[in-house]
Amino acid sequence: MATIVEAPAPAERHSIGLSMKRKEDPRFIQGRGRYLDDIVIPHTLHLALVHSPYPHARIVKIDKTAALALPGVKAVITGEDLVAANLGWIPTFHGYDKQMVLAVGKALFQYQEVAGVIATSREIAHDAAELVEVEYEPLDVVVDPFEARKDETIIRDDRENKTNHIYHWEVGKREETDAALAASDVHINERIEFQRCHPAPLEPCGILADMDRGTGRLTMYLTSQAPHAHRTVVSLVTGIPEDKIRIVSPDIGGGFGNKVPVYPGYVVATAASVILGVPVKWVETRTENLTTTGFARDYHMNVEIGATKDGQITALKVVTVADHGAFDAAADPTKYPAGMFGVVTGSYDFPLAFTELDAYFTNKAPGGVAYRCSFRVTEASYAIERGMDMLAQRLGMDPAELRLKNFVKKAQFPYASPLGFVYDSGDYHLTLEKALARIGYAELRKEQAEKRARGEYMGIGISTFTEVVGAGPSKLFDIMGIKMFDSAEIRIHPTGSGIVRTGARHQGQGHETTWAQIVAEELGLDAQNILVEEGDTDTAPYGLGTYASRSTPVAGGAISLAARKIREKAKKIAAHLLEAAEDDVEWTDYKFALSGVPGKTVTMQEVAFAAYTNPPPGMEPGLEATFYYDPPNMTFPHGAYIAVVDVDAETGETKVRRFLAIDDCGTVINPMIVEGQIHGGLTEGFAIAFMQEIRFDEGGNHLNTNFTEYLVPTSLETPHWETGNTVTPSPHHPIGAKGVGESPNVGSPAAFVNAVVDALSPLGVKHIEMPMTRAKVWHAIADARA
Amino acid sequence: MKINVTINGTAYERDVEPRTLLAYFLREELGLTGTHVGCDSSSCGVCVVVLDGERAVKSCTMFAVMADGHEITTVEGLANGATLHPLQQAFWDCHGLQCGYCTPGMLMTSLVLLKNNPDPSEPEIREALAGNLCRCTGYQNIVKSVQQAARELSAQPVGS
Repeated sequence: MATIVEAPAPAERHSIGLSMKRKEDPRFIQGRGRYLDDIVIPHTLHLALVHSPYPHARIVKIDKTAALALPGVKAVITGEDLVAANLGWIPTFHGYDKQMVLAVGKALFQYQEVAGVIATSREIAHDAAELVEVEYEPLDVVVDPFEARKDETIIRDDRENKTNHIYHWEVGKREETDAALAASDVHINERIEFQRCHPAPLEPCGILADMDRGTGRLTMYLTSQAPHAHRTVVSLVTGIPEDKIRIVSPDIGGGFGNKVPVYPGYVVATAASVILGVPVKWVETRTENLTTTGFARDYHMNVEIGATKDGQITALKVVTVADHGAFDAAADPTKYPAGMFGVVTGSYDFPLAFTELDAYFTNKAPGGVAYRCSFRVTEASYAIERGMDMLAQRLGMDPAELRLKNFVKKAQFPYASPLGFVYDSGDYHLTLEKALARIGYAELRKEQAEKRARGEYMGIGISTFTEVVGAGPSKLFDIMGIKMFDSAEIRIHPTGSGIVRTGARHQGQGHETTWAQIVAEELGLDAQNILVEEGDTDTAPYGLGTYASRSTPVAGGAISLAARKIREKAKKIAAHLLEAAEDDVEWTDYKFALSGVPGKTVTMQEVAFAAYTNPPPGMEPGLEATFYYDPPNMTFPHGAYIAVVDVDAETGETKVRRFLAIDDCGTVINPMIVEGQIHGGLTEGFAIAFMQEIRFDEGGNHLNTNFTEYLVPTSLETPHWETGNTVTPSPHHPIGAKGVGESPNVGSPAAFVNAVVDALSPLGVKHIEMPMTRAKVWHAIADARA
Repeated sequence: MKINVTINGTAYERDVEPRTLLAYFLREELGLTGTHVGCDSSSCGVCVVVLDGERAVKSCTMFAVMADGHEITTVEGLANGATLHPLQQAFWDCHGLQCGYCTPGMLMTSLVLLKNNPDPSEPEIREALAGNLCRCTGYQNIVKSVQQAARELSAQPVGS
């Protein structure tokens, strides 16, 4: 089924495959986007939060007096107040734990929310937050999950089981895998860390909660990637019926997984609005964003691969310790506590595999969000792609050759992986061969050999990842019991324009354009006149939102199938207009045509008008449809990335000279938008590989509390990206699309690390942990030389 | 404190609290919400406006009272009525934005760059934009956008 398509052939397409300019852009380039903090309701009160300076401390006393005395302060709310209102704790997304809203009894991580101040202005609220006097009694701190494992200090004494261990998860054949590893000619056994990092969208998280006592309805303007899921959570926690809750997710200034969870600021602002009957706004500071909202990764992995001496892989075992922070707030589907980590066998045909994971509480912020990632696919991909390079280094084999030797072959699809996934489609050889040819791999290796002879350090790093995205089929995937389908509602107006609404919520991905292109393609209409609306739970059909690369695989499928329902009805109307039997009418070249009678056609626009002005006798008027799409399987995008890096062995400075990404996300709806997604994801992967880490000192103090310490790459450091693609459509998705937004963030970190290690391998360097800062690279070189 | 300030060609006289940041004055007093706030530490540049037609300044790092007697241009003042500025058009044409949050700051910084250097090289563009963070685009299409706008602006007759 695979075909190489350099760019989709536009002549054959009406809309899908065209690089249509984005329909959402005019408002953004004119400064007329409407983000959360742009929404103003008169007489709104403002919330500021009080944070714990200690990572672990008993709360002895909270004195509100001075704060309440400041003119303009309306209320000071503590954890005890919320407990009295039955809002002290909220459930976490996958239901294994609950989470404090404001600290009750003790604070469990530095910057944890301890109290909230409601005042007439943002400034007064922040001033008053400084006046809330909290007396703490510091406790022993546990920052390392391997220390937490000893259970010497129990972090969560509210839980029945007095242990820091949260859960154990495993999949695969343990005994057979161990036996195969023991019997293998070559056996690598290496520790690989994926550091704690943070999505850090430029727009912080926030809420404007507006309880209208006149209508009895609570409207929450919320930076939400999943407005319907949030509405259901709010209803379950507060008991307010869902019809009395409206969540509006306005324009979102980047999400990357950070805007999936429910945060204490949301709950306190909402509670205050409900109690006071006035609107209450909370917009976090950058420091609050980096210190309290959903972090990502923090997986400590041990990777073992067995192989024959000529490089045939025989078994894979990955054992992980996961640091979840103070609450188990990771947003994963219920049946998958470690997310999609089971995709850790990657693109390779391992006959045997086993993976297990133990998660622990520590005195750090909670999270474990899917940062531009389908639930831990990034960690899994990094482990296997580093592991394969470590194996290649041990064997003295070219890493491209090792991969080509062990890839799952095209003929094996659909491929049942040893850890339980059924890969839908792929052509890994094709994608890597294309990447090798385009970058000039053989010439680069030659150049590298020449440079090595001169004592210069140049590295070539390959990553050939496979993702699993598009959660997901309802038999396997749910969040808090809600099945992970998604939905679309399409209405075609009498003059042939229309509106489509979905349960997804874009944050820059371009849905307002690509969804219009799908509808236009299916119905032969003009995408310019298809309005896309998302984010308002009063109008959008129910869906689980946008994260984990699920929009195109799930909501995109719903749009396509809703449009086809419209086309079925339209065909009946066309037959009526053509005065023919329905069986004699066919949909061809984006019109209805009477079989065998050239030139006798009816356009969708004509059908739309007739649906309202001249429907066939007995037919329900109108032209609209809703579809709830339960995908039959996940989709499995893949790619071959190659990084070329020069390393200055004296200073540890690295320079990414070239980076080529060949992606295969199945059918491409809008090549321009896909390329933009790749550029952005590669830049985030570059940041993780070289710059970013949320660090704590031994005392649990957070060391990256703003953008001067948690670095976002600027235009100066960011490399130039080269992109390309192959197209292996998903056999089960209505238009063959697989999802793409996260691939570059999943696939690229390993390419960067593989390149730097490859550069330094003549010195004996075997691994460097991310972020590969200049100092860390320098030390790796110094240690290797010592 | 009383201030007199011209914003996008309109003169305003306002009484402001001395600690009010220019960014919040623009957003909350004048409703010009195209100027965003993103970091509190002068790092991200989503708040960049143009001071007296020649300097790109981070409006989160400037008090409103410091704008007294000055002219400020914000993203809302960039288009000429319904006609987009060549920079706006170029960002649209070249897919120079995704979530749009950094876009106003990128546009205003680029405006000053092209005023001072009508034909910048790619390294000069990257240098000029180094104070403006973007999490979505990877900057490559932003650079392309600025290059297109530079060509467009230099093709326009002088004085237009």
